[in-house]
Amino acid sequence: MLKQALKTLREGIFDNNPTLKQYLGMCPALAVSTSVANALGMGLATTAALVVGCTSVSIFKNSIPRKIRLPVYLVMISGLVTVIQLLMNAYWHGLYKMLGIFIPLIVINCIMLFRSESFALKNGVFISFVDALANGLGFTLALVLMGAIREIVGNGTLLGAPIVTTMPKTLIFLLPPGGFLVVGFLVAGYGYIYKKIGGK
Amino acid sequence: MEYIMLFISSSLVNNFILIRFLGICPFMGVSRSINVSVSISLAIMFVMTASSSATWLVYRLVLVPLGIQFMQTVVFILIIASLVQFVEMAIEKTSPQMHVALGIYLPLIATNCAVLGIALINAQDNRGFLEMLVFTIGSAAGMGVAQVLFAGIRERVSFSDVPQAFKGMPIAFISAGILAIAFMGFAGLVK
Repeated sequence: MLKQALKTLREGIFDNNPTLKQYLGMCPALAVSTSVANALGMGLATTAALVVGCTSVSIFKNSIPRKIRLPVYLVMISGLVTVIQLLMNAYWHGLYKMLGIFIPLIVINCIMLFRSESFALKNGVFISFVDALANGLGFTLALVLMGAIREIVGNGTLLGAPIVTTMPKTLIFLLPPGGFLVVGFLVAGYGYIYKKIGGK
Repeated sequence: MEYIMLFISSSLVNNFILIRFLGICPFMGVSRSINVSVSISLAIMFVMTASSSATWLVYRLVLVPLGIQFMQTVVFILIIASLVQFVEMAIEKTSPQMHVALGIYLPLIATNCAVLGIALINAQDNRGFLEMLVFTIGSAAGMGVAQVLFAGIRERVSFSDVPQAFKGMPIAFISAGILAIAFMGFAGLVK
């Protein structure tokens, strides 16, 4: 049980990283990774939604008719995301303003649909919980990495504290094209390292 | 004139895919050949126009009078999912040819972030019906332009000599980045 949980955890975070390996949930990854704080906020919000969403899909998998499962899940998850959205609006208003429509868009995040269709629907409750957590953390990790690169190169700061002061700021990394460029290099680097340590 | 400006700003200046980052999945996944991307762009434009008209009406006539705007995500998702299902059935009955061309993309579009995204943006921005329609068609047209351009670039890239580590998706992301830089040239065209 524990061994399987650890394996699932490793797969979600590294071997099958949802962003770097499977290119799922690209829209929020590119849009909000302009700073580490935004990336972390988005990553954790998505992780929370994923964990609760996939666990409940796994709990209710036998009581929902297969044919109408997709609309049922969508309604379930969108109710959940609405709760998260209202909580963020109340307690982290600044972050809520920055992330904007990407919080409600967590509902149709590809990671969410893919994990519940391909994993939570076929596996037990506990292992689905671990899988959702792993994928959420993998997504958060990739987002924070992108956020850190974009913040350091584009603004010379990390979490708001000045880091690089001698180099001129490269604004393009904070603008939309920078997101595409950073994710391109990050995916290439991830593939290179993955191959080096013996993955296929 | 105002509507022309709105059309240009929504399609080119604030391009949905390259500047706002909505609808990346079909952009990256499907756009391998120009023909396929033309048909999926048409399907997306059709669904986006139909679903944002429906969500705009429900938002204005039901959610706002009742004061339950916070339920928008749940309601919009339901409307879009059922609308796509309905459109698929209608197309299948009326025009089998069109169903063959567009049918396989329709279920994908139901869970596309651009379709829900534009419904949420319309609710947020408080536009009139005609303005909303122009904005939606403009955004969808902009997505189509970006998708077809990108498919062309990818067809060329697939024949060029790319470093091993960058083969496949990495080079696609980087070419999308360069295309986004080109689209930033439109900034300032409309105030």
